[in-house]
Amino acid sequence: MNHWIIAPVILPALLAPLLAFVMRHDIVLARVASSVGTVVLAGIAIGLTALEAGGGTQVYFLGDWPAPFGIVLVLDRLSAIMVLLTSLLSLLVLWHAIATGWDNRGRHFHALFQFQLMGINGAFLTGDAFNLFVFFEVLLIASYGLMIHGGGRVRLRAGLQYVVMNLAGSTLFLFALGTLYATTGTLNIADLAVKVQAMPSDDVALVRVAAILLMIVFAIKAALFPVQFWLPGTYANAPAPVAALFAIMTKVGAYSIIRIYTVVFGPDVTATQGIVTEWLMPAAVVTLFAGAIGVLGAKRLMPLLAFSVVGSMGTLMLAVSAFTPYALSTALYYLLHSTFAAAALFLLADLVVSQRGNDALTAQPPVLQNGFFAALFFAGAIGMAGMPPLSGFLGKLMVMDGVRDQSWMVLAWTAILLGSLVTIVGFARAGSMLFWKSTSMSAEVTGNEVETEKRIGALQVVPTLAALGMLAILSIFAGPASRYLEATADQLFDNSDYVSAVLSRAGEGQE
Amino acid sequence: MEFLVASAIGTLTAGGVYLILRLRAFPVILGISMLSYAVNVFLFSTGRLAVDAPPILQKYADVPYSDPLPQALVLTAIVISFGMTAVLVMFALGAYLEADHDRINIREDDEPEETSTEGQGA
Repeated sequence: MNHWIIAPVILPALLAPLLAFVMRHDIVLARVASSVGTVVLAGIAIGLTALEAGGGTQVYFLGDWPAPFGIVLVLDRLSAIMVLLTSLLSLLVLWHAIATGWDNRGRHFHALFQFQLMGINGAFLTGDAFNLFVFFEVLLIASYGLMIHGGGRVRLRAGLQYVVMNLAGSTLFLFALGTLYATTGTLNIADLAVKVQAMPSDDVALVRVAAILLMIVFAIKAALFPVQFWLPGTYANAPAPVAALFAIMTKVGAYSIIRIYTVVFGPDVTATQGIVTEWLMPAAVVTLFAGAIGVLGAKRLMPLLAFSVVGSMGTLMLAVSAFTPYALSTALYYLLHSTFAAAALFLLADLVVSQRGNDALTAQPPVLQNGFFAALFFAGAIGMAGMPPLSGFLGKLMVMDGVRDQSWMVLAWTAILLGSLVTIVGFARAGSMLFWKSTSMSAEVTGNEVETEKRIGALQVVPTLAALGMLAILSIFAGPASRYLEATADQLFDNSDYVSAVLSRAGEGQE
Repeated sequence: MEFLVASAIGTLTAGGVYLILRLRAFPVILGISMLSYAVNVFLFSTGRLAVDAPPILQKYADVPYSDPLPQALVLTAIVISFGMTAVLVMFALGAYLEADHDRINIREDDEPEETSTEGQGA
């Protein structure tokens, strides 16, 4: 049993209370501790991913209890890559928050940040459906605090909506788990896979209800139509670095859908055959359009980016809904890409907004470093909308290739292409309003009384550049990355490895 | 008993959903609480309803026992839902004090342009 598997959960869990109780009055100490913790976490995540590169599923039995009775953490390729993604993203976000002083605008930023990491990593690693719920709650309760970090009227009220929405979602999650437990008698994911597979056909109705309920819950997290409406308001009003961190939170929903609907309710399970694609595919198409139209219609920069996240989730789930190993590997590539693209744009938006003073998409006198930020914004927009040379283009191309064999291929291609076009138009409109129209206004008011002190330093741009750099790295190493992800998808669809690794010690308990 | 428990869950859920749809902070909090009570009772009943059977397996006597796992799940769910409701109350209070009314929905006209320009602190 490899004890490093639990480290991504334990490390932030130990660090967060220390930050909250010991270091709350010393921002420098808190910054150092939080940064060191995140760097160590990234190191562990790289180690775990390297460990998984050889394949095979590693299981951590908490308290050394055998699997269906005790709680397990499972490390396979998918969870390893998701933990790595989380830790890299958190490094960028933490750097940005420290460099721009966001962490000092309210209390307990670093503690909440670490709790959030604990919840996200736990959700990725857990092999138990009820524990998934618990880690969801951990990451949500931290996100509530982060969401209203810095305060303000609109942020509090948007936060209230966010909390209510998620509490309703949590209740639904418990109903789904209850139904699942009542029919199968287990909540361990591997055990569920076995039990659902062997389900007698007259009990199937309840399992199908549970499967659909779970789908709704994860769809809320992944911001899929028709439960995507909470996302634009939340992300647009959250502090920008927090919104960048939230880029991984929609992916937690996507991850859960991928995990549960390949391992437990896989495409060849007769009990739930077809119900997922039937519902997921149309929902993904509508989500894609909802995001694209939102990008076109947004009047402020932050909602625009929030809607682009919705659109990217639509593309991602479109690829997932095909439920073939190849389509899933393309979905995972797009998942990695869209996380960094969204993060880059949110971090950049924070810099732009702090220079301009507001995020309204209206022409205003140009700010210092106008050209530099225009270049960065267009790089981010190109990544998000999916134009060459960044990984968004490759990602969308792969997704289109992945769904090529489906009967709804025409609809999917139309949706992706049309959605990309509308997104490009929306971003172009926003960018020209923000950066180009403003240069023509320079003659009248070049109020230099505010601008002199607002020059964005090199340290504050580094996370944005690094996030954009990740997009470039993803496109340069698209070959190795997609090979790794193809192996990941194969591993997911062949759940025998997962099941046998988790349940290998089922008979040992009695001795 | 089955009928009683089932109708209790149904009534609580219906009331909870209705209250959440009121879009005022106080009814929404009550609605969320009712929903979480409903889900707790529901979780409790997922291990089948058994009267006078403790959730403990007796090693030496062959006595009936009820499924212990749902009770453990309910315990966790209760703790989480209590905590979450407390957070929600604090949020609602904060939002009410900041906005002077307790409506949940945000209108277009009270969105100021100050999203990230608030000062330090708060």
